[in-house]
Amino acid sequence: MPILGADMTAGTLVAWRKQPGDRVARGDIIAEVETEKGLIDVEVFVSGVLERILVEPGATVPTGTALAVIREDAPVVAPVPAATAPVAAAVVSAPARGERVRVSPLARKLAATLGVDPTTLRGTGAGGAVTREDVERAAARGREPVAVAGPPPAARPRMDVARMRATIAAAMARSKREIPHYYVGHTIDLHRALGWLADENTRRPVPERLLAGVLLLRAVALALREVPELNAVWRAGQVEPRTEVNVGVAISLRGGGLVAPALHDADRRPLDELMRAFRDLVQRARSGGLRSSELSDATITVTSLGEQGVESVLGIVYPPQVAIVGFGRIAERPWVVDGAVVPRPVVTATLSADHRVSDGHRGGLFLAAVERLLQAPERL
Amino acid sequence: MASDLRAAVLRALGDVAPEADLTSLAPDVPFREQLDLDSMDILNFAVGLHAALGVEIPEADYPKLATLDACVGYLASRSAS
Repeated sequence: MPILGADMTAGTLVAWRKQPGDRVARGDIIAEVETEKGLIDVEVFVSGVLERILVEPGATVPTGTALAVIREDAPVVAPVPAATAPVAAAVVSAPARGERVRVSPLARKLAATLGVDPTTLRGTGAGGAVTREDVERAAARGREPVAVAGPPPAARPRMDVARMRATIAAAMARSKREIPHYYVGHTIDLHRALGWLADENTRRPVPERLLAGVLLLRAVALALREVPELNAVWRAGQVEPRTEVNVGVAISLRGGGLVAPALHDADRRPLDELMRAFRDLVQRARSGGLRSSELSDATITVTSLGEQGVESVLGIVYPPQVAIVGFGRIAERPWVVDGAVVPRPVVTATLSADHRVSDGHRGGLFLAAVERLLQAPERL
Repeated sequence: MASDLRAAVLRALGDVAPEADLTSLAPDVPFREQLDLDSMDILNFAVGLHAALGVEIPEADYPKLATLDACVGYLASRSAS
């Protein structure tokens, strides 16, 4: 069961798309799982033959649980999903009756606050101790036991908004607790970018038109080449730089909640291709059908609340990422150009970032790079 | 004619916001207010109308698609011309 978010603890296998004996290639969708982020398509990361299914439809299992066995083309047998197993089966079962459970003082206090019985949890800390993360995960999933078979799910299960809310709460609380944020902002003149966009869209048929949002996403992706330390994840007490630029796009869901799936390789895809991928991503985020890699691969997040009239947004970093970029609304403002006040469409871009990884100076340079890139939209 | 256009508009809208109850849609209140649409939805709405009716809607005309009544009126005028 892939880990599709920092605080995801379990998922329900909804359906298999492949059967034992079928050939699978890296990137194929092999199964559908339901999580607090909705219905997700699970991809495989190896090529070979699906040998055996380990989890039947309807079963809810912890993240890290092997779902199936694939006989790789190379003579190695790997569980699926091989790339996401590290947290593994630490939460598969509760401790045996009578077994003494070690609970850290902080976890015990938190458990009392959240109404969780820590003695029912399998700890993931040193020596099997129950940690505050274990307690938070248990609180997020409520009293629902994991690794139990449930009734067969409906063909297209509806998203559980309360469950998604609990997951967002856990991730955001963890971020604010653990990540020392710093914030910088920069107001950017979009006169050139929007002028270019209007001309471009006049020439394009409706399905090929671009949105201002995709220019902003592309500018962020390219600016990360200049300040690469913002494109990273923080794991086990240290930063891990990422070479690929996978921009998580915060997408609000009309039923409540939000997801931030990744636009892969946003710095290497031409604007047209990025726009098509962006449209597809939003459509699938809202209708169900996101892929597991899209929920686990983001290396930075971009959020925009401009369409809600917000002037600027100071985001909360989504762990394990180390930065989030926010855009407010594009508004016509008086702007000084060559000593004269003229009306210009401007947007306030902000950066919230992890101070353990970067400093405000570098954050400021990043926003300056975003601004500079947006002054030459034809090169985006 | 107008009822055909209205049905086409509602179908395109239903594709963009499948969770919305379009039977209670007020015809003179902006879609954005009633359905919480954003610019991606508006683009997809225009794409849907283009596919259904063959009407190429310039981006500058998107504000004319703001309500159900306005949208039907706009499409009728484009069809007439």
